Amino acid sequence: MQAFAELMHRLAFTSSRNAKLDLMAAYFTSQPDPDRGIALAAMTDGLNLRLPFRRLVTEMLEPHVDPVLFRLSRDYVGDTAETVSLLWPDRETDMAAPSLAQIHAGLENLKPAEAGPQLAQWLDALDANGRWALLKLLTGALRVGVSARLAKTALARAFGKDVADVEEIWHGLELPYADLFAWLEGRAERPDPGETPVFRPVMLAHPLEDEDLAMITPDEWVAEWKWDGIRVQLAGNGAELRLYSRTGDDISPAFPDILDAFMGFHGVADGELLVVRGGKVAPFNDLQQRLNRKTVTAPMLKNYPAHIRFYDLLFEASNDLRGQPFPARRQRLEAVVSTLQNPAASLSGLVPFASVSDLADLRDGARDANIEGLMLKRLASAYLAGRPKGHWFKWKRSALTADCVMMYAQRGSGKRSSFYSDYTFGTWRTGADGRDELVPVGKAYSGFSDEELKKLDKFVRQNTTERFGPVRAVAPTLVLEVAFDAIQRSPRHKSGIAMRFPRIHRIRWDKPAAEADRLDTLETLIPG
Amino acid sequence: MTLDPATWLYPTPAGLYCEPGDFYIDPARPVGRAVITHGHADHARPGNAHVLATPQTLSIMQVRYGERAGGALQAIEPGEIVSINGVDVSVAPAGHILGAAQVILDWKGYRAVVSGDYKRSRDPTCAAFEVVKCDLFITEATFGLPVFRHEDAGTEARRLVGSLAASGRTHLLGVYGLGKCQRMISLVRAAGYDRPIYLHGALQGLCDYYVSQGIGLGELRPVAGASRDELAGELVLCPPSAIADRWSRRLGDPVTAFASGWMRVRARARQRGAELPLVVSDHADWPELIQTIADVGAGEIWVTHGREDALLHQISQMGLKGRALALVGFEDEGE
Repeated sequence: MQAFAELMHRLAFTSSRNAKLDLMAAYFTSQPDPDRGIALAAMTDGLNLRLPFRRLVTEMLEPHVDPVLFRLSRDYVGDTAETVSLLWPDRETDMAAPSLAQIHAGLENLKPAEAGPQLAQWLDALDANGRWALLKLLTGALRVGVSARLAKTALARAFGKDVADVEEIWHGLELPYADLFAWLEGRAERPDPGETPVFRPVMLAHPLEDEDLAMITPDEWVAEWKWDGIRVQLAGNGAELRLYSRTGDDISPAFPDILDAFMGFHGVADGELLVVRGGKVAPFNDLQQRLNRKTVTAPMLKNYPAHIRFYDLLFEASNDLRGQPFPARRQRLEAVVSTLQNPAASLSGLVPFASVSDLADLRDGARDANIEGLMLKRLASAYLAGRPKGHWFKWKRSALTADCVMMYAQRGSGKRSSFYSDYTFGTWRTGADGRDELVPVGKAYSGFSDEELKKLDKFVRQNTTERFGPVRAVAPTLVLEVAFDAIQRSPRHKSGIAMRFPRIHRIRWDKPAAEADRLDTLETLIPG
Repeated sequence: MTLDPATWLYPTPAGLYCEPGDFYIDPARPVGRAVITHGHADHARPGNAHVLATPQTLSIMQVRYGERAGGALQAIEPGEIVSINGVDVSVAPAGHILGAAQVILDWKGYRAVVSGDYKRSRDPTCAAFEVVKCDLFITEATFGLPVFRHEDAGTEARRLVGSLAASGRTHLLGVYGLGKCQRMISLVRAAGYDRPIYLHGALQGLCDYYVSQGIGLGELRPVAGASRDELAGELVLCPPSAIADRWSRRLGDPVTAFASGWMRVRARARQRGAELPLVVSDHADWPELIQTIADVGAGEIWVTHGREDALLHQISQMGLKGRALALVGFEDEGE
């Protein structure tokens, strides 16, 4: 456990990607099985320990820490596991610090009633750093700035392999990955993913820069709409089917409707996951209801039906198409989608254009809130893993902006846990009493520099009118110019509207709050 | 306890004001008469007409501000009493930095103690905190949350020395120039580090002053003029702001370390860009704050700056009367 805790601690304070890869590689090559396999799982798919972490920890801390002090500490630290690791009393113990394997085995065989005492015993045997690592492990979110992809890259690098070779067999592997390490160390053959549908690394686009425009011509490029959903990969072998996010996370359990709709599919396809009702793409907000869930309820399935709009075909049955140029893959994709005859499937249409200026008009003329802009793809390009330069571009529609007034500020979490960095802002409308009042229209926590954040934080602290825990109401004096991709109707919000991806565009220290925009001006931006 | 202290000692926009004495303690803007607890810039500001402080604090103000340190500078040592318009003012060591004092006010049989900043743990660079029994204790609360339990400073210094030996890379340690700088140097010396220590120019003057006061810091050399080769693998100290400055480029790719109580919380350490966070503080941690509040025996506790919500809650749990003093001008970032 000490080696793992030290790795987590070092990773948390290392910002350079290369230095992180070195730290992880050193860990994978120096630590024994099954500890390193358990660590690998923790850094990639998670250990899925299913302990009622919050309740357990609260119960265990109760005799030691006043609940008010716990809440204030938690608000300040920004992380429950770290808060507990810091509050846990240092006690004398004869027990040696447990190993990662001991902890994992212990948790697997734990009866619910024993969970508290067992956890307490481990916490007693660890120092503040070890406690933190153990608790992070139990919450399932390490948050040390390592993505699953980075951990796999470190693993491949540690043993001189290509990360794509690891990625392709990944979803056929199981904890603690003994066969994977045996192959990496040259002691065994590469594990065969067998019948498991595996994730294939996705091809990503670069934002289009002005200097790229010149090369975009209709004879060498195609354009498609960029749909505002989430990018997914559907992988099936005829018997089993998986839905992966673009980072290779298996999101199948949250989308049984997709699994049903594409049962029997054999191949690997690339597309956009959307909510579609009556042939019409619903706002991203609707899709949001379905995301980040482990399970899904029947009303959710009915109210937010999932749909895949297909972009590309990587495999047709077992036939790898990735080396072929776009038109060949597109032809096979069209054939596959048409044979599906499936209301949950549609093809992403090609957008005809004669010149770049056509494209610019198309891009800015797209009033559909579910279109983020255009995708430009080079005809001659193969389907390449990662984000290769010069093949695919995304060209987002220019943002809309509105002048809003800051109303509330909330402390951030993680790196920003001491800063008021999340701002709720409003626009004016005429209130019931005939006087102007502010109504909240959105919340943003990005778009400003670290310097600006310091100034905003100072403004919040000096203009606080009321406090509600980590939230402060501020005097309505500061105008924020907010940029956003679209505005949609939303009965769930008091203002009746919702912004898509709002961010702070400029801070208008100069502008009087009374001159900020009015709600009815924003309403005119709702499409349709 | 017949006298409500808030009638004669209260916060104003210029700082904490003692009305019968007509003076301010650590005023935020220039005033006629100031009593200064210690030399940190958010407590000791320039331009007051009359300043009362310990001799070390006065010297530190002169090192920092020169002519602007104040009109008339009056020294007060622990044990002395200076009567100002009927208010008896005396001082006791606060254990924070060299010269740091608690200010004791006696008026009409009532005793108020203004702690300034303080700590209880051992520090060879200054006199140890002294418990002064009082009716009203005005405490800081920089680390007023139970998550703040500082590590043993010696252990943290050994981590720094160990990291220097293990990595061979230059270590750039960001420290507040007054107090933390000299304490860290004396801690790494105690941990057996005897190589020259290199200083950013801004740290030199106060180190010289500490040495003149008999606090040994070993061999110190200026970074200015040292070649990159000479600095390779050495320990270099600078103000925290210099780490992100172009100044630090001459050091190649150093390990950036910070020594501060804030390093206890990962998010704070990451904000600073620390690769080697060292939990060393010149402020009382939570157990020390609680211990001190119990030790001084005051029925009423006022909290000046820091995380006052938690400390006020704790004070009420202890059955004492607590109050948040919304004093302007104090910063806790420099720690």
